[in-house]
Amino acid sequence: MKRSFLKFGFGAATLMGAACVFAPVAAQAAWEPTRPVEFIIPAGTGGGADQMARAIQGIVTKHNLMKQPMVVINKAGGAGGEGFLDVKASRGNPHKIIITLSNLFTTPLATGIPFSWKDLTPVAMLALDEFVLWVNAEKPYKTVKEYVDAVKKAPPGSMKMGGTGSKQEDQIITVALEKATGTKFTYIPYRGGGEVAVQLVGGHVDSTVNNPIEAVAQWRGGKVRPLCVFDGKQLEYKDVVADGKTWADIPTCKSQGVDMEYLMLRGIFTVPGATKDQVQYYVDLLQKVRETPEWKDLMKNGAFNTTFMTGDQYAKWVATEEARHQTLMKEAGFLAGQ
Amino acid sequence: MDEIVNLFHGFATVLQPFNILVMVVGIVLGIVIGVLPGLGGANGVAILLPLTFSMSPTSAIIMLSCIYWGALFGGAITSILFNIPGEPWAVATTFDGHPMSQQGKAGEALTAAFTSSFVGALFAVIMITLVAPLVARFALQFGPAEKFAVYFLAFCSFVGLSKEPPFKTIVSMMIGFALASVGLDAVTGQLRLTFGFTHLLTGFDFLIAVIGLFGIGEILLTMEEGLSFRGKSAKINLRVVLQTWKELPKYWMTSLRSCVIGCWMGVTPAGATPASFMSYGIAKRMSKRGKNFGHGEIEGVVAPETAAHAAGTAALLPMLSLGVPGSPTAAVLLGGLLIWGLQPGPMLFVEQKEFVWGLIASMYLGNFVGLLIVLTCVPMLAAILRIPFSIIAPIILVLCAIGAYTVNNSTFDVVMMLVFGVLGYILKKTNYPLAPLVLAIVLGKMAEESFRQALLGSQGGLGVFFSNGLVGSIMALGLIALFWTVIQNVLTRLMAMMAKPA
Amino acid sequence: MAKAKGDIGGPAHDAVEIGVAIAMVVFGLIVIIGSVQVGIGWGSDGPRAGFLPFYMGLFIVGSSLVNLWNAFREADYKTPFAEWGQLYQVLMVVVPTAIYVAIIPYTGIYLASIVLIAVFMRWIGGYGWKMVAALSVSVPLVCFVVFERWFLVPLPKGPIEEWLGF
Repeated sequence: MKRSFLKFGFGAATLMGAACVFAPVAAQAAWEPTRPVEFIIPAGTGGGADQMARAIQGIVTKHNLMKQPMVVINKAGGAGGEGFLDVKASRGNPHKIIITLSNLFTTPLATGIPFSWKDLTPVAMLALDEFVLWVNAEKPYKTVKEYVDAVKKAPPGSMKMGGTGSKQEDQIITVALEKATGTKFTYIPYRGGGEVAVQLVGGHVDSTVNNPIEAVAQWRGGKVRPLCVFDGKQLEYKDVVADGKTWADIPTCKSQGVDMEYLMLRGIFTVPGATKDQVQYYVDLLQKVRETPEWKDLMKNGAFNTTFMTGDQYAKWVATEEARHQTLMKEAGFLAGQ
Repeated sequence: MDEIVNLFHGFATVLQPFNILVMVVGIVLGIVIGVLPGLGGANGVAILLPLTFSMSPTSAIIMLSCIYWGALFGGAITSILFNIPGEPWAVATTFDGHPMSQQGKAGEALTAAFTSSFVGALFAVIMITLVAPLVARFALQFGPAEKFAVYFLAFCSFVGLSKEPPFKTIVSMMIGFALASVGLDAVTGQLRLTFGFTHLLTGFDFLIAVIGLFGIGEILLTMEEGLSFRGKSAKINLRVVLQTWKELPKYWMTSLRSCVIGCWMGVTPAGATPASFMSYGIAKRMSKRGKNFGHGEIEGVVAPETAAHAAGTAALLPMLSLGVPGSPTAAVLLGGLLIWGLQPGPMLFVEQKEFVWGLIASMYLGNFVGLLIVLTCVPMLAAILRIPFSIIAPIILVLCAIGAYTVNNSTFDVVMMLVFGVLGYILKKTNYPLAPLVLAIVLGKMAEESFRQALLGSQGGLGVFFSNGLVGSIMALGLIALFWTVIQNVLTRLMAMMAKPA
Repeated sequence: MAKAKGDIGGPAHDAVEIGVAIAMVVFGLIVIIGSVQVGIGWGSDGPRAGFLPFYMGLFIVGSSLVNLWNAFREADYKTPFAEWGQLYQVLMVVVPTAIYVAIIPYTGIYLASIVLIAVFMRWIGGYGWKMVAALSVSVPLVCFVVFERWFLVPLPKGPIEEWLGF
């Protein structure tokens, strides 16, 4: 399923590329920003979304992909609700795009802040972020099974799972993991992924579900150990990271008897009511960004799943994901007012 | 010894003409950023990050870290001249720095601030050079309970310092805490105290409160007293610098203590802001002239500035060796490293020696160059006070409004700034201390978060705050600091009672 | 907030003091109400969202009542808070700034700033029109260059900027 999307994405992209080349001919139709484009990040500085957005800004500037400057703005308040509300309220100002993480779904569900992804115009899925189950390298657990057994043996709730934010992706995964394995963790929310990884290294939590990019430095330093990846298939990156191991060597959680998958959207949306031309402009821009070596390095560093989607496929994917989050969060008791 | 050799290689890299140029540009930009409320180090670094992609990673990080040093230096300038802290860590500098400039001693205050900043940074860099791996391991000891203990200590060493009535101090501090808790509760993910207003989602940023309470409040007080900043007679020649330097060695003890506090706070990573408050509080308590603090005591400028700069510098250590940014600026720098393909973390010191030691060497030189630049500016800065009030006041108001707006890009915050300004004026006139309010807004959220994270981990048991030697001793220090004040208060009151009947 | 008492030339300090204390009590009550809405209990895993704010609210109300009582007890209504003339001076800043703050969302910050600086310099400083015009236009212009052009920080803009194409 995903594969076919991927192929379609590239096909579409080629067409768009062609369209772009012939743009001068169809100059009347094509839209271009006439003012600086604001790139909203519904998260704080230093997080995964922030890093990705700033990387995009850097790439756009370095390769001169846009005539107008791109301005990155963090609007992290209310678990990102501030940023989403800002874009929702900017109908008719196409000089505004927003990068999303799972809080696109979780924030309105958990807090009741009035917005939904349907208030925005989908542009493109840039990549999907993986989640990996990590433990401290000094602990004896080498496989998921060993770790799950240890959690089962310990008194319920005495094992600590660290994660980013409350009632967001990390905690959703934790609850799903508890369900899949019949265990009970105490979930401790922290501010950012880097902090979570360091808390694991310092032994203040027993495990984390950090994104690869958040924990890779500690892995290379031999401080943490990956147990499994919450994806349907193993990762594709075959460069050695640490101890002769590669990202591709990490088994899927499914193959280890933990039947669950979770991937996080790293996608771009724009303001409600944006025209086709406007959306197309951003799709082309992102397509060009994806071609650069800097972007490819970033993808490799963070072991991202590089699925790219636009248009209806993307909207459909987002709709499915929203429904899934609704179910997951309902089961976990995370809905506002629940 | 290896380190020393590496460091000299680093110096060789940094001393290339291009890198020196880059350094000067960075410092100057940093100072501009530090002076303008609303442009933080994080802004500057983030905005210039793309420009540095065409340089080598070493030149790029020199430029970006120099912006950071410049911003640290610059934050003190507006605090001293106009009572408006350009950066959070410069709030404590206003307490004595602004009174000094009102007494016509702006030059002295600026010199003291810049020099102490340099001393603090130098101390921190030497620490990074010599004991980096050790310090990194120390930082790992800090879980939620330990972090809470640090915030607790910062509070305890600061509260109770005010001469204002105790109940007013309590009200002021609790209002700060309450304002800090508005918005999203990070532990349960619930919204609280927002009453359905989307404007309140972001809570009250402390910068808005500070710009209002201190900056606007000060303008209102000045208006009431008749239209002029009283610093008109400020001397404007470079001799001030030398005269102040003669005086500074007297405060070596305060300075050393502040360096240690700063390094500790920077590494843990609690950050420069608590470091500056804590250092000010302890200096006030320890100093023989403690009673004069708040009325323009030079020691009250030395203490927070030394600590803030030491912390700001030391905060880069956990960023490099652990990948955890100690401040928003460091967070953006971290993003930069990743884009250049440098992976901060335990391996950076091993794999990227040239880069790391180039950076450390640039910390030495960058701070030195920064000091030279800012000191030559002292007379010029002091001369700003000669501009008539009716010209400078509206400009300050405009800059404050811009500053308040840029925090969250919200015009609602600009309104809040004015509300805080009027509140600051009334509270100051009715003898409510403002410093505890600001401290509570700054630290409240973080302290509450660590407190509850620790309780989650211990499943509700308060014993976690005394569960090991480290957290136990920090908490004990905090309690001593807290009760020290009470005892002192009781003693002074007893003395007063004895004196009255006689 | 405060009324003039007796023959002093301004609102009495103690009257203001009482007013502030009452305002604090109200603020504390709002905090308490908000905390109760999100739960003030101590759950199985530590305090809930409203736990700490609730007690802060209690502290504010409690301490403010003490302050209120102190103010009443010691009230002599003789010491002035500030003279009317002084308050007038203060209002000369507060009122234009309030208008300034209120119109920013509509006119953008640049136009509003030009007006604020001009009014201030002309009305309070009494400067000549040339000087007023030069400074009131140049300061926002410098801000525009520094913030929007160099540091790419967008500031609020209104119809005029829109018309100029920014």
